[in-house]
Amino acid sequence: MSGANDPYDPKQVAALSAEALDAAVQAAIEAFAGAGDLEALAAVRPAHLGDRAPVLLARRELGALPPAARSDAGKRVNAARVAVTEAYAERLAALEAERDERVLAEERVDVTLPWDRAPRGARHPLTTLTDRIADVFVAMGYEVADGPELEAEWLNFDALNTGPDHPARSLADTFFVAPEDSGLVLRTHTSPVQARTMLERTPPIYVVAPGRVYRTDELDATHTPVFHQVEGLAVDRGLTMAHLRGTLDHLARSLFGADAQTRWRPHFFPFTEPSAEFDVWFPEHRDGPQWVEWGGCGMVNPRVLTACGIDPEVYTGFAFGMGIERALQFRSGVGDMHDIVEGDVRFTTAFGVEQ
Amino acid sequence: MKVPVSWLSELVDLPAGITVEELDAAFIRLGLEVDAVVRPPVTTGPLVVGRVLEIEELTGFKKPIRYCQVDVGEESPRGIVCGARNFAVGDLVVAALPGAVLPGDFAIAARTTYDHVSDGMICSVRELGIGEDHAGILVLGRDGYTPGTPAAGVLGLDDVVFDLEVTPDRGYAMSLRGIARDLAAALAVDWRDPAALTPPAWSGEPAWQVTVADPERCDRFSVVALEGLDPAAPSPWELRRRLTQCGVRSISLAVDVTNYVMLELGQPMHAFDRDRLTGPVEVRLARAGERLTTLDGVDRALTDDDLLIADGSGPIGLAGVMGGASTEIGDGTTSVLLEAAHWAPTGISRGVRRHKLPSEAAKRFERGTDPEVTVVALARAAALLVEHGGARVVGAPVDLDVRGPRPVIALDAALPGRIAGVDYPVSQVVDVLRALGATVDAGGERLAVTPPSWRGDLTDPADLVEEVVRSVGLDEIPSVLPSVPPGRGLTERQRRRRSIGRALAEAGYVEAPAYPFLGTTVLDDLGIPDDDERRTLITLRNPLSEEAPALRTTLLPGLLASLARNLARGQRDVALFEHGSVFPGGLTGTAPVPGVDRRPDDETLAALLGAVPEQPWHVAVALTGNREPRGWWGPGRQVDWADAVQAARVVAATAGVELTVRAGDLAPWHPGRCAQLLVGDRVVGHAGELHPRVVAALELPPRTCVMELDVDGLPPAPVQTGPHVSTFPPVLVDLALVVPDDVPAAAVDAAVREGAGELLESLRLFDVYTGSSVAAGSKSLAYALTLRAPDRTLTGEEANAARDAAAALAAERTGAVVRG
Repeated sequence: MSGANDPYDPKQVAALSAEALDAAVQAAIEAFAGAGDLEALAAVRPAHLGDRAPVLLARRELGALPPAARSDAGKRVNAARVAVTEAYAERLAALEAERDERVLAEERVDVTLPWDRAPRGARHPLTTLTDRIADVFVAMGYEVADGPELEAEWLNFDALNTGPDHPARSLADTFFVAPEDSGLVLRTHTSPVQARTMLERTPPIYVVAPGRVYRTDELDATHTPVFHQVEGLAVDRGLTMAHLRGTLDHLARSLFGADAQTRWRPHFFPFTEPSAEFDVWFPEHRDGPQWVEWGGCGMVNPRVLTACGIDPEVYTGFAFGMGIERALQFRSGVGDMHDIVEGDVRFTTAFGVEQ
Repeated sequence: MKVPVSWLSELVDLPAGITVEELDAAFIRLGLEVDAVVRPPVTTGPLVVGRVLEIEELTGFKKPIRYCQVDVGEESPRGIVCGARNFAVGDLVVAALPGAVLPGDFAIAARTTYDHVSDGMICSVRELGIGEDHAGILVLGRDGYTPGTPAAGVLGLDDVVFDLEVTPDRGYAMSLRGIARDLAAALAVDWRDPAALTPPAWSGEPAWQVTVADPERCDRFSVVALEGLDPAAPSPWELRRRLTQCGVRSISLAVDVTNYVMLELGQPMHAFDRDRLTGPVEVRLARAGERLTTLDGVDRALTDDDLLIADGSGPIGLAGVMGGASTEIGDGTTSVLLEAAHWAPTGISRGVRRHKLPSEAAKRFERGTDPEVTVVALARAAALLVEHGGARVVGAPVDLDVRGPRPVIALDAALPGRIAGVDYPVSQVVDVLRALGATVDAGGERLAVTPPSWRGDLTDPADLVEEVVRSVGLDEIPSVLPSVPPGRGLTERQRRRRSIGRALAEAGYVEAPAYPFLGTTVLDDLGIPDDDERRTLITLRNPLSEEAPALRTTLLPGLLASLARNLARGQRDVALFEHGSVFPGGLTGTAPVPGVDRRPDDETLAALLGAVPEQPWHVAVALTGNREPRGWWGPGRQVDWADAVQAARVVAATAGVELTVRAGDLAPWHPGRCAQLLVGDRVVGHAGELHPRVVAALELPPRTCVMELDVDGLPPAPVQTGPHVSTFPPVLVDLALVVPDDVPAAAVDAAVREGAGELLESLRLFDVYTGSSVAAGSKSLAYALTLRAPDRTLTGEEANAARDAAAALAAERTGAVVRG
């Protein structure tokens, strides 16, 4: 090695010669290429890129050159160093890729193994369907009204124009609470919620009342003594049957698709006048598109408005109601009511949590 | 109400070629729901009316056999062998000739039987598929048909019967008369009112002495007397056929005639055997202790609300519901008193319910009959008995008629349009009301409407609105969405209920709503003590089952029954939840039943609402088997008490409230594995493992766990304030504390939290150790503390000071010793 102040002697700076540099680069490339794995590459690295590697030693010699020669030699040395560095990087990348390929292949698993470690839960389809119906009305601006299942007889019957001698008010149809003069029944419909709402609020009233109701039917394929309804009530100035139809059509389309529509048949209910039953055109029915009986509706009987303290000369109202079990039966093709009421997890789990 | 189209077509000028489908649609538009369309079974080939000309009795066989010569309209009669004996020479019968195929693929051919060639068959109604009677062949009578006439029309084989559901408001539609009127209006065709007949001008002594003591419940009572009735006279085939088509059994001419007139005019009638009546007939309420044996043979105790027809012997009929046995028409009856009355509907309903006697007559009286037609019906029935039974009317009919004037309803002619949202011209409203039989006094927009006598259901303007809307057609009503004022969305309570159900489902629980009925047996099985408030039950007067007469005060019985059902069906790992109302606390009072002519006064309303018990919303879970299933990853994890507590934590977290837990002791839980769940100081529920005795009593798997929590008992969630999130690094320190076994972890936990102070960001108990390296009777609780300051990087000294403070407070509160 030459000292910084040594006189220039080309012989002494042979390391800076093009031949020497080329040889060093060539040696490095061969060494790197010869390294079969990352460990071997790491082992040969110091000899070619370490502090004592030829291309780095050559750089130190640059100071010994006269300024005129320095630029030329400097370029050569730099090029050599870059070439070695690149060769190293290239080989490193290649070896890492090789390693990754091998390791990741070793770590391969069978992703088709069943991963059902978390138990699956579900909401009952009656619950989710009820929520879905309620949401359609909430989106329209209705509010959801709740009421007790164990209800005053007056609210369940009298207030709804169902007099003391009405056939529905018999032990054969309605669950009565003991003793005989308790004045309480298990509500036979969610309509007493309507009565409560009218007694509590002043019009305009737009509410929907979902809930569990009771009638003394035996459980069979199409009946259950404990079932669910959603009823709606609107009381406002100027409400007509046209508004009732528009509301039911909107509900039908929301639940059963854009092609759904309703059809009305005249009927009788004590608390509405005029009254109708309504069918819904259900294109997705498992037995082909058809009309399906769904619920009852009508204009609130002025006598009901009067009993609830609302002036029938000023306000009109409409009301409607439908069975959730029935809707579930045709919407989801459920043939037997037992499946809906028995709480078998195989039935309910099929429906999942739902949105 | 069953309606044969052939009968209807006698009353209504049905458009030529109208189809069954078109009739069906017309009935539906009228609000007469079609329950069924009944068509007779198919018969093909030659089926004709025949007349029996000769009968040769064949003997020497196992049973008597007849060989008959039957005129079937051909040049010479046919010889037909017949095993029946209920006919005579001259009778008209139905003959199926060779080539005919009767229902059930019964092919008729000429064949040799009993040594004679039988060239056809004489048919019974059962063989024809139009009835059940097989005691003999069908005898059509002795005249009225020509031999050789095709029998299909005679038998009604080409007829169609509509079975219509009549709603309770429309009694008039319980008759051919009412349905014909409606149908004619719907189809805009003419019709003939069968009640439009003028009774003969009978004269003479009154038919019987009759009084009515209760004109409120009986405002018209009419009788007519007949004598000389031939008790053996058969009902004509036409009449029997119609009764059969309408589902009424043929009994005798007198009874058949009253039933026929009831079907035709809607007026139920009763025929008394006049010779069995004793003294004057009276309509009156029953007296204490009176009894009546009705026609169905049941001896009935009467109440003072039962309206009777009575004579000198006592009760002879339950008015409007069923006649009595003592004056029943019999085989020898030749003298008849026919009665037709108008009864108030509500009293009939009460009687039907009290005696569980839903007769055809009562069905009509309950809905309301036409008081105008009592005498018309008597005249119609009398005429039939005269014509077919040889009877004659004696004396003058008695008609006690105390009806008041019919009500007049004031109707704003624009009201139907305002209600329907359809613009009905005044003239259309008037036309519709007149078409249904009302008298309309039309002075401009204000109409004075007198409904027809058969429409007792029309009392309010709203009733008339319905008639207009229905008659013009519901399909005319357009579809318009109302503009609803903005609402406030779901309430907090409603959102909470939904979220809890969703959270439990997401946590692997399956919702299983059960019927909310229970009995004391299941409470015994659950080990609920006698003084437990869950034994304060509200019971039903008419429960579905005597074993479960009460309303649930806890969700657990129903939920555990659902669990057991799933297990019985082969499930092993089951986690269920239910949320819903419970009915604790018993009754608090009697709910008044005020009138409905106005809003109840505030005091009455408060009493009414106050008598309805609170019905809090509970949530419960029940789980058994593996909570995490066995799989290729390893063994499953058995359900344990902590899963039930975890379910409660899910509920509380969803509700946004802080739940604390302490050891509890409540049936049906295992006394050592029962967590009492609290929010603040309030106990809101329990969770843990079922008591082994309960598990045994209910035959559930060991270690079944349950949780029940009062959702309505949870306080409202406060509005969450956003915590300050420190970006300085945390210091993690561990702290192991040895405490006596009986110190609850929750107490140590609380002391550590409080002792560590504000620097504690989170605390986690990561190990509970009992064993050789801690003293017997003690346990080591190992905590990981995450400490962090909001404004600086904590120093080791600060962190250690916080940990030491936590240890010190735990030592002070619980006797905890830092584990060396």
